[in-house]
Amino acid sequence: MKADVEPKPVANKAPEAGEVLLSAENVSLSFGGVRALRDVSFDIRKGEIRAIIGPNGAGKTSMLNVINGFYHPQNGTITFKGKRRHDMRPYIAASQGIARTFQNVALFKGMSTLDNIMTGRTLKMRQGMLSQAIYWGFSQREEIRHREEVERIIDFLEIAHIRKMPVGKLPYGLQKRVELGRALAMEPELLLLDEPMAGMNLEEKQDMSRFILTVKDSFDTTIALIEHDMGVVMDLSDRVVVLDYGQKIADGTPAEVQSNQKVIDAYLGVAH
Amino acid sequence: MVLFGQFLEILIGGLLSGVLYSLVALGFVLIFKASGVFNFAQGAMVLLAGLALVRCLDFLVHRGVATWAAIVLGLLFAGAIMAITAWLIERYVLGPLVNQDGLTLFMSTIGATFILEGAAQMIFGSDVYPLRLFPTDAWFLFEGVFPGGILVNKLDVWGGLIAGILVAGLAIFFQNTKTGRALRAVADDHAAAQSVGIPISWIWFVVWLVAGLVALVAATVWGTKLGVQFSITFLALKALPVLIIGGFTSVPGAIVGGLIVGAGEKLAEVFLGPHIGGGIEYWFAYVLALAVLLVRPQGLFGERIIERV
Repeated sequence: MKADVEPKPVANKAPEAGEVLLSAENVSLSFGGVRALRDVSFDIRKGEIRAIIGPNGAGKTSMLNVINGFYHPQNGTITFKGKRRHDMRPYIAASQGIARTFQNVALFKGMSTLDNIMTGRTLKMRQGMLSQAIYWGFSQREEIRHREEVERIIDFLEIAHIRKMPVGKLPYGLQKRVELGRALAMEPELLLLDEPMAGMNLEEKQDMSRFILTVKDSFDTTIALIEHDMGVVMDLSDRVVVLDYGQKIADGTPAEVQSNQKVIDAYLGVAH
Repeated sequence: MVLFGQFLEILIGGLLSGVLYSLVALGFVLIFKASGVFNFAQGAMVLLAGLALVRCLDFLVHRGVATWAAIVLGLLFAGAIMAITAWLIERYVLGPLVNQDGLTLFMSTIGATFILEGAAQMIFGSDVYPLRLFPTDAWFLFEGVFPGGILVNKLDVWGGLIAGILVAGLAIFFQNTKTGRALRAVADDHAAAQSVGIPISWIWFVVWLVAGLVALVAATVWGTKLGVQFSITFLALKALPVLIIGGFTSVPGAIVGGLIVGAGEKLAEVFLGPHIGGGIEYWFAYVLALAVLLVRPQGLFGERIIERV
């Protein structure tokens, strides 16, 4: 384990596989008296699947929210692609290549599957307001080009049959898949998945696991994932960080984490 | 035959004046669709746009600028005023309220209404200013078929034409462009929209700008009809039944709602009025809206509200 690898200060070079893509150092976050995160440090390396686990209320989602700019930590720094960053807004995180899904599916319910995934292309589309208002010409051609990309994602996720349906009417498992599609449409370098398999049955979980592994291998995407299903975590992830009451209690390979006494205590409780 | 001619005349007149209601209702629908906010200030925005336009026109014409140039400059000036208003509202009213409840946002637009009404009249004056952008005389059609022909107001026809173009343009913009999609996305879920890289403050600015420009268009037509004056803000009240009937989230709904209200109230006044004492034009639309609320609360074209339990 070499968790304390310093991020390269070169900003423009894309990190190679195995290099640190994102590192969090001494991140602390509190809401009033509630300390959601205390001095948490860990890193995510290019090309890996990094799981963040922990009992309920351990601060996992808070950590994701810090990474993609919804929350601003009171202390500590986030370094992404070698650049230390200050308070930032979520859309800036998005423009730097961080995509995410949400614990309680956050889709645009009134819109079709296709339109939902098309919103993921927002940052890739360059035509200005005026050109869009005129629509015909550049703007229309751009739409068609991005539509092709989106259709590829739809085929990959096997949701072609629901592409025109309003997502509010879809079953939960499919909504989760559409949400993954929307994140993939951003062609992210780092994909944050907040409980991608919550509430799914076995078959849906298997499908989702397959998608996640394919995304890692063929989309060249690094993945950070929060998940409660330990079987899934152990199978999918390369490294695991464990949080409990906002603190990091373990960090390592799935096997190391599984045999860590602190982790076992956190999950099962300790006798006093 | 006389009766049929009369019926036709009232129907056409009603439908066309209904389109004018739709113009105002459109502004509401745009903002509601895109930000989930019921914009109480839409009527005030029509007043502001109208005042800015008419005062700029008067000023330029007074200075001897050619009429067509004055109209172009006046529209540009009023458009700029609406852009500044949109920016101010986003920056100081809605910006600090991201992720807040819809009702909170609604209350803030009530506040904005009073400020806009006051500021507009303070800056541009509070008289009745006549506006002459469109012809206000009338055509008489089918004089050979019906005695006296059918009277059609030219202004209403212009209004209908403009509303049609506006709706077609907005429909394409909303359905097929990046910004249109982003607008709908922001309306559905702030957090998710931010996560895919949509800057909410920019989108809200665009929404209010578009609503401001629609208000300007409504002001050109209504200003010609009534003169630009404070009572133009009460148009907002007339737009309410249109919205309820058509559905708050539907652009075509605003048009159809307007047609139903316009034709309905005129026909009811003429054919139903004498039997129940007359003067029903003023409340007929609200009763119609009430009936729609009972049967189809989301309106004729509104999105069905699905509640997962």
